[in-house]
Amino acid sequence: MPPRPCALCEKARAMIKRPKTGQQICRDCFFYVFETEVHNTITEAQLFKSGDRVAIGASGGKDSTVLAYVMKTLNERYNYGLNLFLLSIDEGITGYRDDSLETVKRNQQQYSMPLKILSYEELYGWTMDSIVSQVGRKNNCTFCGVFRRQALDRGAAMLNVDHIVTGHNADDIAETVLMNIMRGDIARLGRCTAICTQGDDTIRRSKPFKYAYEKEIVMYAYFKKLDYFSTECIYSPDAYRGHARAFLKDLEAARPSAIIDIIHSGEAFEIKEEIKATQKVQQTCQRCGYMSSNTLCKACTLLEGLERGMANAGITDRGTKQLQAEGPTPENLRKIPFFEYKPTSTSTTIDIEAS
Amino acid sequence: MAGAETSSVTIKVEFSGGLELLFSNQRSHTLTLPAAVPTDNATTVPVPSTIEATKPADITYLIHYLRDHLLQERAELFEENGTVRPGILVLINDTDWELEGEGDYVVKEGDEVVFISTLHGG
Repeated sequence: MPPRPCALCEKARAMIKRPKTGQQICRDCFFYVFETEVHNTITEAQLFKSGDRVAIGASGGKDSTVLAYVMKTLNERYNYGLNLFLLSIDEGITGYRDDSLETVKRNQQQYSMPLKILSYEELYGWTMDSIVSQVGRKNNCTFCGVFRRQALDRGAAMLNVDHIVTGHNADDIAETVLMNIMRGDIARLGRCTAICTQGDDTIRRSKPFKYAYEKEIVMYAYFKKLDYFSTECIYSPDAYRGHARAFLKDLEAARPSAIIDIIHSGEAFEIKEEIKATQKVQQTCQRCGYMSSNTLCKACTLLEGLERGMANAGITDRGTKQLQAEGPTPENLRKIPFFEYKPTSTSTTIDIEAS
Repeated sequence: MAGAETSSVTIKVEFSGGLELLFSNQRSHTLTLPAAVPTDNATTVPVPSTIEATKPADITYLIHYLRDHLLQERAELFEENGTVRPGILVLINDTDWELEGEGDYVVKEGDEVVFISTLHGG
């Protein structure tokens, strides 16, 4: 096929076909439209205000690496006035997270942003390696997911930031919509498609890549030669998400707009009041102060199960009952440090990784 | 000997985004393909002289060749229904293969073909 000129500048040779629009564009126009669309997403949703302290949840993978690069670029180009930080969670997975954290440490240098690493070991007294050695490879992803969510909030509180941004892209969100539908979890559709979520006592979280296709993120990283880490977690991957992802990729191959269409479907679902009423009211965990839908938050329940050698305690209702039947919580049980989120507090000295 | 120059093509193939793990954890490979290959993409090397239906070596043949000769494990993560698994990006000389005719692109001497998996966590 003869080389085709870029549909935007009509000068340079087209090098990428945009999945969203089918447009064939050159490398420089691609950088420009990709960055501008993220900028439009940010400004339309009014995600930030000048002076905000924003932590970028950084895993060293493609999405968060591109996010850090693009956030830095846009912050400088459009004078957002943001103070940007990198926040990484070390789950304690030898041969996986230790390698990806090396990537994050290089990003810290390349983008000159302060980096904070918070480990499961520091926060919970357990690494994922030690959790897997106790619980096996069946429910380990539950522990990891619950622990990571809370660790990110706690790390953000330590950095005293106003906001956490994550690299979730359009494909991730469409996948989550599909998973929630397949599980019958209709009540979650609204929350999973929201660009920004915030509870009363949690830090704002948002997804500037909500409308960015994975293909474009990977192409962006490739053309910019960004340094990212790409290895599958050594512990069993989330099989259910894997099926949703394979299905979504098949749909995308047949019709590239499928991803955005599914996000729109999720957004358009209206939940009747009586269904909303069945969702539990948010409260505060009586043991660690983190937000919770029960008297004990999920992380505290999981941790107590681990500590008392009954790992199922936080996984199944039966496990929870067994734990309660074993008697009261021992006095000397290891606990997660008490969580206090003070949105208005002023900055104190922060312990960040040395450059 | 004039024919010898056109009887094979040497190209560079690169894997990234985690795909290299399926190919002996080696990112960059140089390989020589026969210039004319069976239309059914059978990858016996050298191409048996009894085969009459041939076509110029294209990306579809390359995918079959990589699966049969270079891939070390879990073929289903690379190839599906005669092409790459959905979610794998292909670039031909740094251009999106969707602009180059995808599997029908005929490889030329010195081409660089990159396969990038997008399926790994971010």
